Amino acid sequence: MRDNVEAAEAIFGQVVDAARALGVTEIEAIIAGSDEALTRFANNAIHQNVAQRTTQLSVRPVMDGRTARASTNRLSRDAIREVVAEAIAIARLTEPDPDLPPLAGPAEYQGVERWFEDTARATPEERARAVAEAIGAVEAAGQTAAGIYSTGESVFALLNSRGVLARHTETMARFSITAMAADSSGWAKASACDRATLNPLELALTAVRKAAESRNPRDLPPGRYTVILEPAAVLDLTGQMFPDFSATAIRDGRSFLTDRIGKQIFGENITIYDDAGHPLQSGAPFDGEGVPRKPLTLVERGVVREVAYSRQAAALAGCPLGPAPTGHGFPLPNEFGEAPINIVIAGGETSLEEMTASTDRGILVTRFWYIREVDPYEKIFTGMTRDGTFLIEGGRVTAGVRNFRFNQGLIEMLSKAEALSAPVRASGEEMYDMVAPAMKVREFNFTETTRF
Amino acid sequence: MKDLALSALDAVARRSVTYADARAIEIREREITTKNGKAGHVSSSESMGIGIRVLAFGGWGFAATDDLSKEGIESAAALALEIARAGTAARKREVTLAPEQKYEAAWVSPFQIDPFSIPVDRNLGVLLAVDAELRRHPGVSLAEASMHFERRRQVFASTLGSLIDQTRCVTGAGFAALSYKDGEIQRRSYPNSFGGQYQLKGYELVEELRLLENAPRVAEEAVALHSADQCPEGEFDLVLDSSQLGLQIHESIGHPIELDRVLGSEANYAGMSFLTLDQLGRLRYGSEIVNVVCDARLEHGPGLGTFAFDDEGVPAQATDIIRGGRFVGYMTSRETAAAVGQARSNGCMRADGWERLPLIRMTNVSLLPGEQSLDEVFDADHAIYMETNRSWSIDDKRYHFQFGCEIGWEMRHGKRVRMLKNPSYSGITTEFWNACAAIAGQRHWTLWGVPNCGKGQPEQVMGTGHGASPARFRKIRIGSAYAG
Repeated sequence: MRDNVEAAEAIFGQVVDAARALGVTEIEAIIAGSDEALTRFANNAIHQNVAQRTTQLSVRPVMDGRTARASTNRLSRDAIREVVAEAIAIARLTEPDPDLPPLAGPAEYQGVERWFEDTARATPEERARAVAEAIGAVEAAGQTAAGIYSTGESVFALLNSRGVLARHTETMARFSITAMAADSSGWAKASACDRATLNPLELALTAVRKAAESRNPRDLPPGRYTVILEPAAVLDLTGQMFPDFSATAIRDGRSFLTDRIGKQIFGENITIYDDAGHPLQSGAPFDGEGVPRKPLTLVERGVVREVAYSRQAAALAGCPLGPAPTGHGFPLPNEFGEAPINIVIAGGETSLEEMTASTDRGILVTRFWYIREVDPYEKIFTGMTRDGTFLIEGGRVTAGVRNFRFNQGLIEMLSKAEALSAPVRASGEEMYDMVAPAMKVREFNFTETTRF
Repeated sequence: MKDLALSALDAVARRSVTYADARAIEIREREITTKNGKAGHVSSSESMGIGIRVLAFGGWGFAATDDLSKEGIESAAALALEIARAGTAARKREVTLAPEQKYEAAWVSPFQIDPFSIPVDRNLGVLLAVDAELRRHPGVSLAEASMHFERRRQVFASTLGSLIDQTRCVTGAGFAALSYKDGEIQRRSYPNSFGGQYQLKGYELVEELRLLENAPRVAEEAVALHSADQCPEGEFDLVLDSSQLGLQIHESIGHPIELDRVLGSEANYAGMSFLTLDQLGRLRYGSEIVNVVCDARLEHGPGLGTFAFDDEGVPAQATDIIRGGRFVGYMTSRETAAAVGQARSNGCMRADGWERLPLIRMTNVSLLPGEQSLDEVFDADHAIYMETNRSWSIDDKRYHFQFGCEIGWEMRHGKRVRMLKNPSYSGITTEFWNACAAIAGQRHWTLWGVPNCGKGQPEQVMGTGHGASPARFRKIRIGSAYAG
């Protein structure tokens, strides 16, 4: 799979030849391949066990302000000719767009090493052994396990006729587990480019502990509570707002940051970066046009400072000395522009244990579920707690509680954060992985409770 | 395609397997969007590959590849078997399958106009005309419109001897107007949110939707919402339009009746279900006028869940889910049907591509039409009427939900009194359906397409169908999304 990066140049040569034969000289190609496997378990047994391998070629010509994209996973010489012809044919049927940027030029990219042989070569037997050990730990506690262990590698190459040659290879391993008892459950998850840093058994034991400690859940009334959100809960909820840190979203009037750039909207303890080079991050150091990803300070001490700019968004900003492209553009053509995707929420120095100890009465949240936007400008979201929700009394966890529904504005929430832990690479189920801390928040708005 | 499927099946069938199937799939898609007077996303894609599923050593193995050479298929077949063998490290019981017959069939979903025969410039012309009409209304800050076309051919071959060649054609289209004013964003969509209407049809769907004709009203409503009153909080009678009711069915009936969820297969991600096995035939799910079916047959309509055979070779069927308010059926697969002692799968296994394993997915889960006229549905002293979904959330057992809609109206004696912004409602699934007081008749029934239903690990995105007509519910909690 990793060798396919070298094959990308040969494929691109065929793309260029096919385009030239049709009178087109400006063309871009994205070659993306993946080889992934996932072992899935439930009811203390492996029940779904899958692997897939695919390579996709996607091409985009630029002709007098016109562009379109065509993709295929057939890589024969004929298929490459056909996909190039299809892209050119549909591009010719569009109207010229004076704001369409020409293809990007070559650039230097930050070196990131995110491919690990041991992860790429993980076998079904190795995953099954780790899963069996994790299931054993859950069964020993009299609980029932469900989850996944996935491993895989991917390659992403972007080349264009102006000399861009951007390549990235990466491996990824994920382990997620839910431990279920009679009337409670616990959950834990982690991901890493290097599977050697994952510890499935430790994650299983965390899930077991949460399920055991949340037995016989108490039925608390809805209302405003002090909450301690574990990192997965922080990332799944706050992660919903980052698509709005986009110059195109602001220009379209669909971002909650419209009329809020440069203003203090969060508490002074909130600082957020986008940093593709962060050692706990994953992903390519370039964007969908081959522009190097630059670090951004999205929020500094509660003030919104920077947003992402694609090349087109930067040009549309109008001022010759205006913002430069930040390297966060999506592959063109698209209507969304750009977004930061390598989020790092700067943390604090308060551990989860210290947050708990300093809480007279509050709720500890392991994870959220089914988070959806209620109000796009006040950034109110709804969702449920799940798999480990606890009552804190007198500085310690005293009981599990039935799950809550929340309706919470993010602007309000990030203005009421009282303490943050050191950030970690966090993995949830509703947003992409981030580097995020645990967070203690006052007056979190739980509006209803469910019956389990 | 047939040769591919048969050669993949042969590659595993000559090894020691209890059962195997192969799906050779070719998908072609076209996506066209516009935004504020310009083309947005204009793309075309194709994907071809093969997925091989084996039942061996008592469990499943699955491998998929787009390397369609003899070596590529052999390699995938060997990997599927290796994966099945590895699963013995954590296996509690041997998988058994409900019996099924052998079928040889070829089926093409009916359509009038091949959407791929319509040139892209004509598609763009339709969308840009809608776009211009939306932006003609002062206050519309963003106009978006889209079309999506898909043609999928699948050849299924199994060791039962089945060989099934199916082609499905799906079309989707819609638009939205967004208005930003004084720190508030309002949005109206047509004919539904999240891309509009999707059906198992050709380009004729785009013509039936009357996009341009509806653009002025939608633009006007998006802007008018800024001046509307906030939806009140409290307990009111609620009338839902058929598109919102379609999503309500999807979330609070469609997902909990998936038998794999009930049996725990999805516990780590999508969750489980409040519909435990002891509820079947006993639970009073809804009021007596609530009748829900799961129906993949063409007779039900051109839904995203309409097909001739599911992805393990079981013919499309109609299953009663709620009959006269009582819960009477799950959606099943051959494995889950056998696990609960049912004689046969009701044919709900579907995969979103050649690279994915089939799972139990909704076909067309529909609320059957009632006997009331639309006037009778609205005939309440005081009610809130809501249209077009804006947000949706339900717990992992599918019991407690909250929905928001784009627009609402306060109704008195069947008449609209005032427009309401930011309407929302919440409740408990069975309490909500038991509060159903009136359902409009067949004339007002629409089979909606939900194109983006997520389930499984790795996650699969599936299109599902939901028929519904407007309905009224008594004493529902309204406005909780903005409470507190």
